[in-house]
Amino acid sequence: MNPPLIEIKNLSAGINGKQILKGISLTVRPGEVHAIMGPNGSGKSTLGYVLAGRKGYDVTGGSVTYDGKDLIELSPENRAREGLFLAFQYPVEIPGVNNTYFLRAAYNEQRKHRKLEEVDAVDFLAIVRQKMKLLELPEAMLKRAVNEGFSGGEKKRNEIFQMAVLDPKLAVLDETDSGLDIDALRIVAEGVNKLKRPDNAAIVITHYQRLLNYIVPDFVHVLWNGQIIKSGGKELALELEEKGYDWLIGKNSK
Amino acid sequence: MSESTNTIEEFVASDYKYGFVTNIESDTVPPGLSEDTIRFISAKKNEPAWLTEWRLKAFRYWQTLSEPKWPNLTYTQTDYQAISYYSAPKQKKTLNSLDEVDPELRKTFDKLGISLNEQKRLSGVAVDAVVDSVSVATTFKTELAKQGIIFSSFSEAVAHHPELVQKYLGSVVPHTDNFYAALNAAVFTDGSFCYIPKGVRCPMELSTYFRIEAANTGQFERTLIVADEGAYVSYLEGCTAPMRDENQLHAAVVELIAMESAQIKYSTVQNWYPGDKDGKGGIYNFVTKRGLCKGANSKISWTQVETGSAITWKYPSCILLGDNSQGEFYSVALTNNCQQADTGTKMIHIGKNTRSTIISKGISAGRGQNSYRGQVKVMKGATNARNFSQCDSLLLGDKCGAHTFPYIDVQNPTAQVEHEASTSKIGEDQIFYLNQRGIETQDAVNMIVNGFCKEVFRELPMEFAVEAQKLLGVSLDGSVG
Ligand SMILES: Nc1ncnc2c1ncn2[C@@H]1O[C@H](COP(=O)(O)OP(=O)(O)OP(=O)(O)O)[C@@H](O)[C@H]1O
Ligand SMILES: [Mg+2]
Repeated sequence: MNPPLIEIKNLSAGINGKQILKGISLTVRPGEVHAIMGPNGSGKSTLGYVLAGRKGYDVTGGSVTYDGKDLIELSPENRAREGLFLAFQYPVEIPGVNNTYFLRAAYNEQRKHRKLEEVDAVDFLAIVRQKMKLLELPEAMLKRAVNEGFSGGEKKRNEIFQMAVLDPKLAVLDETDSGLDIDALRIVAEGVNKLKRPDNAAIVITHYQRLLNYIVPDFVHVLWNGQIIKSGGKELALELEEKGYDWLIGKNSK
Repeated sequence: MSESTNTIEEFVASDYKYGFVTNIESDTVPPGLSEDTIRFISAKKNEPAWLTEWRLKAFRYWQTLSEPKWPNLTYTQTDYQAISYYSAPKQKKTLNSLDEVDPELRKTFDKLGISLNEQKRLSGVAVDAVVDSVSVATTFKTELAKQGIIFSSFSEAVAHHPELVQKYLGSVVPHTDNFYAALNAAVFTDGSFCYIPKGVRCPMELSTYFRIEAANTGQFERTLIVADEGAYVSYLEGCTAPMRDENQLHAAVVELIAMESAQIKYSTVQNWYPGDKDGKGGIYNFVTKRGLCKGANSKISWTQVETGSAITWKYPSCILLGDNSQGEFYSVALTNNCQQADTGTKMIHIGKNTRSTIISKGISAGRGQNSYRGQVKVMKGATNARNFSQCDSLLLGDKCGAHTFPYIDVQNPTAQVEHEASTSKIGEDQIFYLNQRGIETQDAVNMIVNGFCKEVFRELPMEFAVEAQKLLGVSLDGSVG
């Protein structure tokens, strides 16, 4: 078996002193796709933020080993440069900052970190054009400011576009499917599938089985009240779709 | 959340990167101000009698005034008798080429990143470098002269084109305008003069770099730009000053005159020493800038990026006299540490169908205080006048302040005046978003601030826009933990 890309052991974390994650263990190996499902407020986004190192999200227990390193010790920007990517549930607008300019800055930060030469605007445009085709994005989006005035669906597509350009080792997709129309969902999912390789992995947070028809997970986990209360194969998602969460929660709240 | 405030406070610490002093022997008059000082300056500069008289009239008027107290600024008052009003690099003969320039001075230029030779060859920018009130090197003059364009130091203009200078000097900013304008009229030592003849489009950006050199020397420049009928000129003013402990006063006057269908674009990047973190030292920048759209269809645009000075008091304005004339004001003002800025514009609509646009971006960090003060005045005869104003403030941290004082005075019922204002903080979510893409916090802040200023930066000529972005970076630079 491959060594894990990320190994989360008994992770506890809180926001402003409020305990949200209460002992999560999860191992993701290269080439795997893990889906995380669970009711609203169960801590799915929190897990994404904790992995990405958001300020205010404090780890209170457990450990996270990413690519052989102690992830918690790394700054948020270094986690990103090491190939950890979070597609935000609510992508943030950066008014006035050109999308291509921003993405090239991000791309070059990663290159510098890996002791590679930075790419100039011309070469970068070639890279970007190729990735745009993959996601069937309109070129006009490159010229606009980061997420500024983007529709909900456009923001989500822009997240996956950034992921395509930055080519992460581990991508955490937080409800990337919500807000996408039927065609966009298919395009984005196909894009994600095309980016899938034996040496990278994805954690896909979603509420809907529909996405998992396209991006077929190797494992499905149910998060509730800051804990993984059930894990299984892709059939678990189908079961959840049918039965909801009550049967699991009921059992666990005893 | 207190943690996030700390991060923002950490970049607020920044060292002034242009703090150095060049050793050029100065020919400096002892401190003090009297009619004798003014006669001395005038004689030193071989000025005609009318100019000496003009100065003295201004001085007598100035003596009747007291310093204005109304701006939203606090500072120790200047002792005008403690200032030395004249200082010139010791260079007697006229220079034929840059090689003749004092090597020490050339080094200063190099440190500032202005290689005159390079500027000449590569960028096609004519540079009139003013160091301590006297122009040292003027380039491209011959090429400009072929088209009848006059671009020279003020002193040279007085010597060679006295009729033009006499005709326009003080016609837009009279010595009676305000305290600092009166002082400037009395004691100004040099500056730039520019005349673009009828129908001529100036083929290059005209540029002046100012520096304040000798210690304890006030700087009183005077710039006069006249664009005759149908002429066009873009003028760049950039400034950096060496680090000093004493506060230094800078009271410049800029007058622009656009005749019928003429257009003047005036861009400034101001990066004088802002003082240290505790507010010690730094330049007092009290400037009067005004443009007169004299002829019909004329246009004047002010674009400014103000990142330096301990105190900035500045309102580049437009008098829209000609019918269909247009005035524009695009401004970025950044205050960090203890810096204070009270800046804005005045748009005075007199002619019919006159239009004005005001875009002001204020950024406050540290304990910086940033005030926008703008006046839009539509006179009785200004039928169909239009104004659009937008004032946005961005706050970094919670010890700084942003204030907006719009004054609107409309005397013609057909006028349309729109004012929009917003205040925002850099969001921790924005910083985290950029962090998550591999961009560290300091660069993230710079990126967000630059994005905020975009509408202004795109009005700047290319090379200036790049410099302006770097300057914002330098001004917000600091250690990020
Ligand atoms: N800043 C905060 N302060 C206090 N509690 C917070 C904060 N942010 C989130 N929470 C709480 O943490 C819990 C987990 O939130 P989280 O966003 O991780 O849920 P989620 O599983 O992603 O939900 P959804 O499916 O709705 O996206 C919620 O109860 C939420 O209210
Ligand atoms: Mg969520």
